[in-house]
Amino acid sequence: MTVFVFAFYLFAVVAVVAGLMVVLSKNPVHAVLWLILTFLSAAGLFVLMGAEFVAMLLIIVYVGAVAVLFLFVVMMLDIDFAALRGQLVRYAPVGGLIALVMLMQLGTGLAVWHAADGAAGLRAAPAPEGMTNTAALGMILYDKYLYLFQGAGLVLLVAMIGAILLTLRHRTDIKRQNVLAQMHRDPAKALEMVDVKPGQGL
Amino acid sequence: MADFWATSLGQTLILLAQGLGIIAFVMIGLLLLVWGDRKIWAAVQMRKGPNVVGAFGLLQSVADAAKYVFKEIVVPAGVDKPVYFLAPMLSLVLALLAWVVVPFNEGWVMADINVAVLFVFAASSLEVYGVIMGGWASNSKYPFLGSLRSAAQMISYEVSMGLIIVGVIISTGSMNLSAIVEAQRGSFGLLNWYWLPHLPMVALFFISALAETNRPPFDLPEAESELVAGFMVEYSSTPYLLFMAGEYIAVWLMCALTSVLFFGGWLSPIPGVPDGVLWMVAKMAGVFFVFAMVKAIVPRYRYDQLMRIGWKVFLPLSLAWVVVVAFLAKFEVLGGFWARWSIGG
Repeated sequence: MTVFVFAFYLFAVVAVVAGLMVVLSKNPVHAVLWLILTFLSAAGLFVLMGAEFVAMLLIIVYVGAVAVLFLFVVMMLDIDFAALRGQLVRYAPVGGLIALVMLMQLGTGLAVWHAADGAAGLRAAPAPEGMTNTAALGMILYDKYLYLFQGAGLVLLVAMIGAILLTLRHRTDIKRQNVLAQMHRDPAKALEMVDVKPGQGL
Repeated sequence: MADFWATSLGQTLILLAQGLGIIAFVMIGLLLLVWGDRKIWAAVQMRKGPNVVGAFGLLQSVADAAKYVFKEIVVPAGVDKPVYFLAPMLSLVLALLAWVVVPFNEGWVMADINVAVLFVFAASSLEVYGVIMGGWASNSKYPFLGSLRSAAQMISYEVSMGLIIVGVIISTGSMNLSAIVEAQRGSFGLLNWYWLPHLPMVALFFISALAETNRPPFDLPEAESELVAGFMVEYSSTPYLLFMAGEYIAVWLMCALTSVLFFGGWLSPIPGVPDGVLWMVAKMAGVFFVFAMVKAIVPRYRYDQLMRIGWKVFLPLSLAWVVVVAFLAKFEVLGGFWARWSIGG
C-alpha cells in the first residue's frame, strides 16, 4: 500500500507541477515538453487506478502523435524570446478572469453533482471478474454500444472527408511524378544509340 | 529468507536485480551487435572489418565506447542546454524501457502485463522525442531538418506497424507477449508460428521496423550526403554515444519483437527438441543478420519514395489485412489457422 501511495503522490505532484510549468514557461517548446510530462503522469495515474489500457492509449495517441504535431507547429514559429518577456503581467488579468469563471463553473457543477446509486459499487470493481480491462472495454464498445460506436466512427469519417475536401487542391499546371511510369521505363525506350561522325556533331 | 523476499524491500531488490540483468543482456548484446553489423557489412564488401582489438576484433566496440566517453563534450553556442542534454539520455532510456515486457523464456519476463504489446508500442512511439528534441535544441539548420524528416518517418511507419500487430493480436486474442508466444505452440514446430498465417505481413513488419529504427535503406535522418548526419550533427562524445546506443538498442528490440510476434519466441522450431531461451536469442540474432544484410546490399531510398511506400502502400495493405484476418479468425477458416484460441493454442 505504501508503494501505491508513494506512486500516487509522485504522479499527482509531477502532473500538477508540470501543468503549472506549461503555463509559466517562457519558451513555447518547453511548454509543450512540460505538457508531455503532464500526459505521462496522467497515464501513470490511470495505471494506478487499474485502467492500463486507457493509460497506454493516452501515451500512444496524445504523447506519441498529438503532442508531436504540437511540437512541430511550435518549433516552426519564429519567435523573438526577448519580446515575450513581461507579457505575463499584461495577460495576467484576462487569464485570471478566465480561470475564475472556470473555477466557478466547476464549483457549481460539482456542488450539485449526484452519483447514481449503483456507481459506488461499480467504482470498486471497474472490470467484471476474470476479465482484463481491455476485454471489458471491448465488450462495452463493440457489443453493448455497437451502434453508438459505429455512429461516432461515421461522424469522424465525415469530419475527415470534410477536412480533406477543404484542403485538397488538385493543380493541373504542375508536373507530377507517375511512379508506375517511372518504374516501367527501360533502356530500350529511354536510350538512343547514335554513331557520331568526327567533326560533325548531331 | 523467503519472508524477506516477500516484503516491499525484498520485492524492490528483486526488481532491481531483474532490471540490471536485462540491462546487462541488452548492453552485451549491443556491443556484439555493433561488432556483428560491421563484420557482416565488411564481409559483403570483401573487407575484413574490425580485426585488431581482441580476438576477431570482438573488443572493438568496447574500445570505441571508451573512446567516445573520454572525448571532450563540445557544446555549440546558442543551444538550449537542458533540452540538448535531455535528448540523448531520453533516447537511451526509452529504448531500454520497452525491454521490461519482452519475454525471453516461459516466465522469464520482468513485467508480465496484459497490455504488453501496447507498452512496447508506446515506448517506441516516445522514441521520436529524442530525435525531435535533439534536432531542435542544437540550434542549427541541418539537425533541425534532419529531426523533422526523422520524426515524420517514424510516425508514418508506426501506423502501419500498429495495424500489422493488430492482426497478430486478433489471432491470439491477447495483448500479452507471453500469450502470443504460447499461442504459436503446436505439434508442427515452426509451421505453427505466425509467420505462416501472417506471411505477407512479416515482410511488411520487417520493412516498417527498418524505417521505424532509421536503419538503412531508410536512414534518411542521417543521410550524410545531404544532411551531414541528421539530428546528431552537433553532438559529440558521450551524448553522441547515447544516441547511437539508443538506436542500436531499438534495432535489437525490433529483432526481439519480430521473433516474439512471428517466429515463436522461445519455442523450438523442430518438434521434440526442448524449448528455451537459446532459441529466443538465436532468433533475435537471425533477424539482426537480415537487418545487417539489408544495410549492406540495399541502396538508400529517396525521401518521397519512403513516404509514398509508408502511406500509400503499407497503410492500405495492413488495414486490409486486419479486416481479412478478422473474418478468417471469426469464421475459423482452415480449422482455426488464424484463430489460435479455438485450437487450444
